[in-house]
Amino acid sequence: MPYTEATLQLLSIDGTLVESDRTAEYRAIVDKLGDDQLREFYRHMVTTRRFDIESGNLQRQGQLALWIPSLGQEAAQVGSAFASRPQDMIFPSYREHAVARIRGIDPIHIIELLRGVTNGGWNPNDFNVRLYTLVLGSQTLHAAGYAMGIGFDGKSGTGKVDKDEATMVYFGDGATSEGDVSEALVFAQSYQAPIVFFLQNNQYAISVPVVRQSRSPLYKRGEGFGIESYQIDGNDVLISYAVTRTALDAARAGEGPRFIEAQTYRLGAHTTSDDPTKYREQSEEDYWKERDPIARFEKFLRTKGESDTFFAEVKQEGEDLASDIRTRTLTLTAPTIDVMFDHVFTDDHPVTAAQKKWLVEYEKSFGGER
Amino acid sequence: MTENLSMAKAINLGLQRALADDPKVLLMGEDIGTLGGVFRVTEGLKKEFGENRVLDTPLAESGIVGTAIGLAMRGYRPVCEIQFEGFVFPAFDQIVTQLAKQTTRHQGTQSFPVVIRIPYGGHIGAVEHHQESPEAYFAHTAGLRVISPATPNDGFHMIQQAITSNDPVIFLEPKARYWPKGDVDMSNAAAPMHQSRVVRTGTDITLVGHGAMVAMMLDAAEVAQSEGVSIEVVDLRSLSPIDYDPIIASVQKTGRLVVCQEAPGNASVGSEIASTVAEHAFYYLNAPVLRVSGFDVPFPPANLEGLYLPDVDRILDAVDRARGY
Repeated sequence: MPYTEATLQLLSIDGTLVESDRTAEYRAIVDKLGDDQLREFYRHMVTTRRFDIESGNLQRQGQLALWIPSLGQEAAQVGSAFASRPQDMIFPSYREHAVARIRGIDPIHIIELLRGVTNGGWNPNDFNVRLYTLVLGSQTLHAAGYAMGIGFDGKSGTGKVDKDEATMVYFGDGATSEGDVSEALVFAQSYQAPIVFFLQNNQYAISVPVVRQSRSPLYKRGEGFGIESYQIDGNDVLISYAVTRTALDAARAGEGPRFIEAQTYRLGAHTTSDDPTKYREQSEEDYWKERDPIARFEKFLRTKGESDTFFAEVKQEGEDLASDIRTRTLTLTAPTIDVMFDHVFTDDHPVTAAQKKWLVEYEKSFGGER
Repeated sequence: MTENLSMAKAINLGLQRALADDPKVLLMGEDIGTLGGVFRVTEGLKKEFGENRVLDTPLAESGIVGTAIGLAMRGYRPVCEIQFEGFVFPAFDQIVTQLAKQTTRHQGTQSFPVVIRIPYGGHIGAVEHHQESPEAYFAHTAGLRVISPATPNDGFHMIQQAITSNDPVIFLEPKARYWPKGDVDMSNAAAPMHQSRVVRTGTDITLVGHGAMVAMMLDAAEVAQSEGVSIEVVDLRSLSPIDYDPIIASVQKTGRLVVCQEAPGNASVGSEIASTVAEHAFYYLNAPVLRVSGFDVPFPPANLEGLYLPDVDRILDAVDRARGY
């Protein structure tokens, strides 16, 4: 199984804290978290999962072209997203729904992308979250370049933890085989850029198991480039938070890039076009369901004395979110042709302008009959 | 003020001016810093502006363009050098899939002012991957602007215009024209970067081309003049978008058009011009639009480049064929 001797973990699968010398520094970080923060972790994991399920249903009902579930990966995403500081720019892949929500992005914008209303969705500078990137690994280079820019701007390494900037990029186990990821590691290390590579190893690239991508644990990929690397239990929201916090703060302090491999599992399909029963056994899914990130954290919170009322409230919040998303999805309207023509270029362009004009007149020639 | 410069030096001075004008301009590429680039186009710039403005990058073309996109997201205006055109393909994905589509993906919230300088074309007797003309790939891709200077003066001005543009620009530098000198107007007066231009007037037939082909077409026109044929020559300068007005006006006058290019003719920029001129100047044409191109084969070993590349004779052969209608 994917956990190795290197895997860092704070929360065991039965929801108790694991004591170890190796994780003492991370435990200290977690111990400083208030109850409100812990509740936020839980709230975001649960509501994002509910949103995710509703979105999958919407796709099944023909309302979305595709849905990309993140079921099972909530702890890796929620812990790492909360570990970032507001000034940190985050580069997602295309499955980081929890990260987007934590940064304040209305998830209807993710729906818009998958309903075919937009190829973007939000203004990245409003949330310090870049747009989803659908071609695997491409965003790791963008993130490395952005982080190089932080260095050139002198916005890292000044010792001010609340001002110094860092970058975090999400990618998956399949993407690690893309050349762009290796090149991003080279550039990041060469320029000592303030960036954290956050790898969610969910064990599959659609149907192909991670063993086809790598015969050695993927955190060693980072080490191979001379980058300090960690392997964490990605279904443990506490270790995800603590290690990412440590890594981002090291990067922002000017210590160079960091690499985190979060061992997690895609409980659902790759996308709604996928059928996991063709390539994996029920026993494997059962193994990972026992390691479910939400169940584990709920046990932890209940042991700490969290009330039934709180859990009921969060559940209701998830239902409300699902209902709201369903309602708003059904009222989304098709974009105008401006979306197709107006921003291909920033400066004026004669071809797009002429073709838009032509199409408008052509459509008008039908007198609204088409 | 006018100076007599090679195109390599003229582009160098244009880059220097851009670096001095805007602290957000960065140069990135392989061997461009301490060495000054394999063609010395960036010579002296690292020394003048420092290693954070003129970056000797790791040897990875996708990495160069991909990190340039990230730098643009941060507000920089990166100018990437691809060492030879044959090395651009490792970066092709980042150019076509990412750079060209980022602006529309962002719907007006972010510009991507990235310039990619690519030395291209033949006539230098080099090994494989060092003599090709890949412009059609980029001209075909929406979201990119594609330009190519044919003279030192255009090299000086167009590189600055490319850097000032808020859009991605593929800047194709004809290697064969790096060293011949020409007058450069050092003032800021310059023709718009997407304007095509009549560089020799004539009445019998029009030649259109870009980059190193412009000098070749002018040579052909000179020979034809001695034989009593008056050729008009249009320097395209911009391959996407193409400024058709001067071309159409010329064809309306001459009634004949030959498009000249080093690239293979199949699905080429020349094909697009032939198609558009046929559509917009059909009743003015006295002959079909002909193309003089490289052949539809991979660029051959350099000993054969003289047979592969269009030359004055091949251009004049096409002129004769067009006049035979």
